Amino acid sequence: MFDFSIVTKWFDELLRVTCGLSNFWAVLIECVVVGLAILLAYALLAIVLIFMERKVCAYFQCRIGPVRVGWWGTLQVLADVLKMLIKEIFAVDKADKLLYYLAPFLVIIASVGTFSFLPWNKGAHILDFNVGIFLVTAISSIGVVGVFIAGWGSNNKYSVLSAMRGAVQMISYELSLGVCLISAVILTQTMQISGIVEAQTGPWQWLIVQGHIPAILAFLVFCIAGNAEANRGPFDLAEAESELTAGYHTEYSGMGFGFYYLAEYLNLFVVAGIATTVFLGGWAPLNIGLDGFDAIMNYIPGLVWFLGKTFAVVFLLMWIKWTFPRLRIDQILKLEWKYLMPLSLVILVLMTVCVAFGWTIHY
Amino acid sequence: MARLIMFAVLAVIILASAVFCVSTKRIMRAATALLFVLFGVAGLYFLLDYTFLGAAQISIYAGGITMMYIFAIQLVSKRTLQGLSERWLGKRTFLAAFIALVGFGTVILVLLKNEVLRHTVVNGDSLSNEVTMETIGRNLMTADKYGYVLPFEFISVFLLACIIGGLVILNNKKKEESK
Repeated sequence: MFDFSIVTKWFDELLRVTCGLSNFWAVLIECVVVGLAILLAYALLAIVLIFMERKVCAYFQCRIGPVRVGWWGTLQVLADVLKMLIKEIFAVDKADKLLYYLAPFLVIIASVGTFSFLPWNKGAHILDFNVGIFLVTAISSIGVVGVFIAGWGSNNKYSVLSAMRGAVQMISYELSLGVCLISAVILTQTMQISGIVEAQTGPWQWLIVQGHIPAILAFLVFCIAGNAEANRGPFDLAEAESELTAGYHTEYSGMGFGFYYLAEYLNLFVVAGIATTVFLGGWAPLNIGLDGFDAIMNYIPGLVWFLGKTFAVVFLLMWIKWTFPRLRIDQILKLEWKYLMPLSLVILVLMTVCVAFGWTIHY
Repeated sequence: MARLIMFAVLAVIILASAVFCVSTKRIMRAATALLFVLFGVAGLYFLLDYTFLGAAQISIYAGGITMMYIFAIQLVSKRTLQGLSERWLGKRTFLAAFIALVGFGTVILVLLKNEVLRHTVVNGDSLSNEVTMETIGRNLMTADKYGYVLPFEFISVFLLACIIGGLVILNNKKKEESK
């Protein structure tokens, strides 16, 4: 297994010993480099995800999607990005300008904040706090405020309506999301993201196998709630283009809208990434207990495993989005409060019982 | 050094947002400024290595309390809370100044007595005294010395009572409406 901490240690040595920098400057340079790497990965993944969404959507609707710009339409998204960057940014008359300009940043901060918690490889955790998974849910709740302020600041009744819907939906689904994560924490005995992944290395150690029935249920509930949390799939009522004319970001143009667009796709990726980390083993390779097979699997770097699993979950979520019809707002809230929330509490109890009696699967 | 710089940045954010929060006339802007004050305080907790407290601060205040304020603002009409202003020159100014001075004095006293700033902010660059989740969880759930299981249970019962009370009030209103 390739350990990325070799690279980070080498870089640290390079700054401290070879260049002879003090602790302060070394840490500062490292922070800037890591920050740039996060933002670069964020932008690149957004482009990949938007292209993937277009193609997946097209094939589900028996079309072929974008094919004109570049080979097989590969340059289409780059052209869109360019268009978005050179659009004029203007504010609506009588809008609350301060909140109007602030809101996209809150949404993007929440998105980048949760994004930087993902474990990319062994030794390549960017933010790895003791309270990791709890902090992820905390930071993702900043996005709700951003969505609401956007609707309010736009001075548009459709936007306010959509912002209300979005906020109610996101707050509701955060609950079952959190409870599912807690049931995973019971199994791994740690909240630290690196610890959670570490607990899943080895043959048949992914949580979804280790925790069998409750873990599988928790994974399914997590995917549904995550889809709703990212305002996607059958739950994209907040932006309901046919009745609310795109909802809380109706009045945004240029990069203001671009931020929402980016955050939507990256929230999808983050939800899939957290589901992968917590239930499908993060960067942990597939080991089945046969030495030869495990050795071959361990040669594949963790980054490939992580991205492969995450994109598989992303594909699953896109499949759901383009297959199911959109729910009404009362149906969305009913689904959460009457079905998912009790179900996730039952899962929590079931998982606690399983762990307490030692009914987990250990190879 | 790094901690001192971060402390200065956070202090400026907290103070500026707090002043903006009480001086702005638009209620929604005030709520947003309050959010930034709470973020700044969470940042201070992270600076002191109280990561659990910081995460709880972000999750409860940013995700919970501020959203509740915003929803409460939505429930009243748009005009009632807009453009409210208050004359601040008058008798009450003296009282306010006195309370502010008492608060300031207390903070200064605590700072001088405990030398918190020098220990954790100035000298504490390499020091990491993060309290692990396990310790916090154990303390919350034990009945031994330094165990907090009784207050923990009290709070849960209290919250349950609040939820049931809210439902009862809502139910009465619905019955009246249907009559």
